[in-house]
Amino acid sequence: MTSIDQYISLYRDNAASIDVHSAPVLNALRPVALEALAGAKLPTTRSEGYEKTSIEDMLAPDFGVNITRLHIPVDVASTFRCEVPRMSTVMGFVLNDTFIPAEGNAQRLPEDVIFGSLAKMGVERPDLVSRLYGSIAPMAHVGVALNTLLAQDGVVVYVPRGVRVEKPLQLVNIFSSSVPTAAFRRMLVIVEDDASVQLLVCDHTQDCDRAYLSEQVVEISLGRNASLELYDMEESSAMTSRWSMAYARQQEGSRLLINGTTLSNGVTRNEYTIDIDGEHCDTFLGGMAIGSAKQHVDNDSTVNHRAPRCHSRQMFKYILDDDARGAFEGGITVHPGAILTEAYQSNRNLLASAGARMHTKPQLLIYCDDVKCSHGATTGQLDQDALFYMRQRGISEKTARTMLMQAFMADVIDTVGLEGLRDRLRHLVEMRLHGRTSFCGDCHIRQE
Amino acid sequence: MQDMLLDIKDLHASIDGKEILKGINLQVRDGEVHAIMGPNGSGKSTLSMVLAGAPGYEVTGGSVDFHGKQLLDLSPEDRSHEGLFLSFQYPVEIPGVTMVNFMRAAVNEKRKYFNEAPLSASDFLKLMRQKRAIVELDNKLASRSVNEGFSGGEKKRNEIFQMAMLEPRLAILDETDSGLDIDALRIVAGGVNTLKTDRNATIVITHYQRLLDYIKPDFVHVLYKGRIIRTGGPELALELEERGYDWLKEEVDAK
Repeated sequence: MTSIDQYISLYRDNAASIDVHSAPVLNALRPVALEALAGAKLPTTRSEGYEKTSIEDMLAPDFGVNITRLHIPVDVASTFRCEVPRMSTVMGFVLNDTFIPAEGNAQRLPEDVIFGSLAKMGVERPDLVSRLYGSIAPMAHVGVALNTLLAQDGVVVYVPRGVRVEKPLQLVNIFSSSVPTAAFRRMLVIVEDDASVQLLVCDHTQDCDRAYLSEQVVEISLGRNASLELYDMEESSAMTSRWSMAYARQQEGSRLLINGTTLSNGVTRNEYTIDIDGEHCDTFLGGMAIGSAKQHVDNDSTVNHRAPRCHSRQMFKYILDDDARGAFEGGITVHPGAILTEAYQSNRNLLASAGARMHTKPQLLIYCDDVKCSHGATTGQLDQDALFYMRQRGISEKTARTMLMQAFMADVIDTVGLEGLRDRLRHLVEMRLHGRTSFCGDCHIRQE
Repeated sequence: MQDMLLDIKDLHASIDGKEILKGINLQVRDGEVHAIMGPNGSGKSTLSMVLAGAPGYEVTGGSVDFHGKQLLDLSPEDRSHEGLFLSFQYPVEIPGVTMVNFMRAAVNEKRKYFNEAPLSASDFLKLMRQKRAIVELDNKLASRSVNEGFSGGEKKRNEIFQMAMLEPRLAILDETDSGLDIDALRIVAGGVNTLKTDRNATIVITHYQRLLDYIKPDFVHVLYKGRIIRTGGPELALELEERGYDWLKEEVDAK
């Protein structure tokens, strides 16, 4: 008996109930997922690519899953605040795995733009959802199959051809439950030709003493000359585990920016797979992690260049203190024919204590001549000369260290395209480096 | 006679177990300018780093009294608060930390040390503007990262600017003239002279007499093999310029 069996049993015992509380479009893929999971095992540290994070262990505890969609009495829109000062957003919430729109969203979005519930849209717009649901994330991936088996709701972001959404969308994922809870979250982001949108996703937990598991799949489709900025911020609790798998497919001339930031968490494994299918695409994939205590952050990236003349850049940075663990496995694959590719990757890490550990593994596979690719990975400590220089000017060692750590993250923060978010991130990073490890219950998520 | 500011007695220090300073004695009073000269490897920079409290330097003997405080017992930041300033031979580049934030932290931590409230943003910027003028430092440099991409001359001017901001009791200028063209040298020296009062003092560490044409020393010391082997007036610097160090080295080595 391995961890996955309990989820398969859960499905077998509750298949009818799961279907009733979801949408036919989602239900249609469950048997396919079940078949894909036959004999499958969850990755352990002996599985390739998962050397530092055991998914088997992450999913082993006995979490509850809210299959029958019992109403959880939380009025999210009024009790949770995840506001970015000086940034006006169109908000949506996911409570555990259920989408809840903020009031008045419809008036604040251009016509035909959807920022809504996956289950609801599965019923109202089955054509739209079925066209892409499950078509970008591969069912051969055990995590994707598991998600497809059990996901009942989630989020759809749809921006039709030629529409530029001016206001950023903000999705707040919240865990709130009286028992340890797992949520199978699903997100579908469709940006059609010449359309553009910015999306900020914030992961929070309402309390810090309950175990939560987020198993999520994000599918992103970018049309020709489309543009998406996705900011994925995790500020959860030490008892929260997260396994996130994001898949993006880019068509000609599209621009994709993904920034994944982990400020507080328990165990996190983020996987990003980007397929660049058309020429002249631009891709930025990056992020940062600040870990202390026993935080564990593992980012795994794969950028597949399948078309000529595209540009991609990856930049991940970590600051690890106490006994925090970090891992980064960064892949660039340049497929045959993808001439004149420019693909760069950098992973830089600061270890602030003797107990912190970082594992980094860049992987470049280049099956094409006439390309420019590079990667760099460094792991070190704070610049002692800079530290002494600052202390000589009267800046205390503690403050100097904090300033240097903030400075270390400055270039990642500078890649954020939303000015308000950039300022907010600087502030959050500063607070985080001053030793704030949990944001629950303070002004960022205010429980009234 | 002016008050004693710095009193170094029989100071010994080593790096990685190798003794570099072998018994330094030096007294500096308020209002004085001292020049420390000497051949390469004589211990000039080590002396400045030991006084500033740089990690990696081990004091193995002696004492340093700094206006009544035991300097060697203080942390580097407290030495700074108490009025010790080191103009670095190689100012450190700190990417991502702007000059404004760097300076604000430095000024306000010093104020905190003396139980003073932090400067308001407008007062701070006013102070920056005022002090910048002393060394003709471009306003644009204030928003840039500390020393990053600064020319050699800008880095040294930036050191004197920081000195102006912090108003130290004792400034140690370590090879401030190295890498400076004549115009930059004049500006830097002009800045140092402007900041000079009868309530502070300066130690100028240099290879060459050139800087001393602009910053006039009251005393010139020659450091060799970790000891001060000769002390004189400004004329000693001129004599060294003419004759080199060999005649002094021979005298010492003959003993």
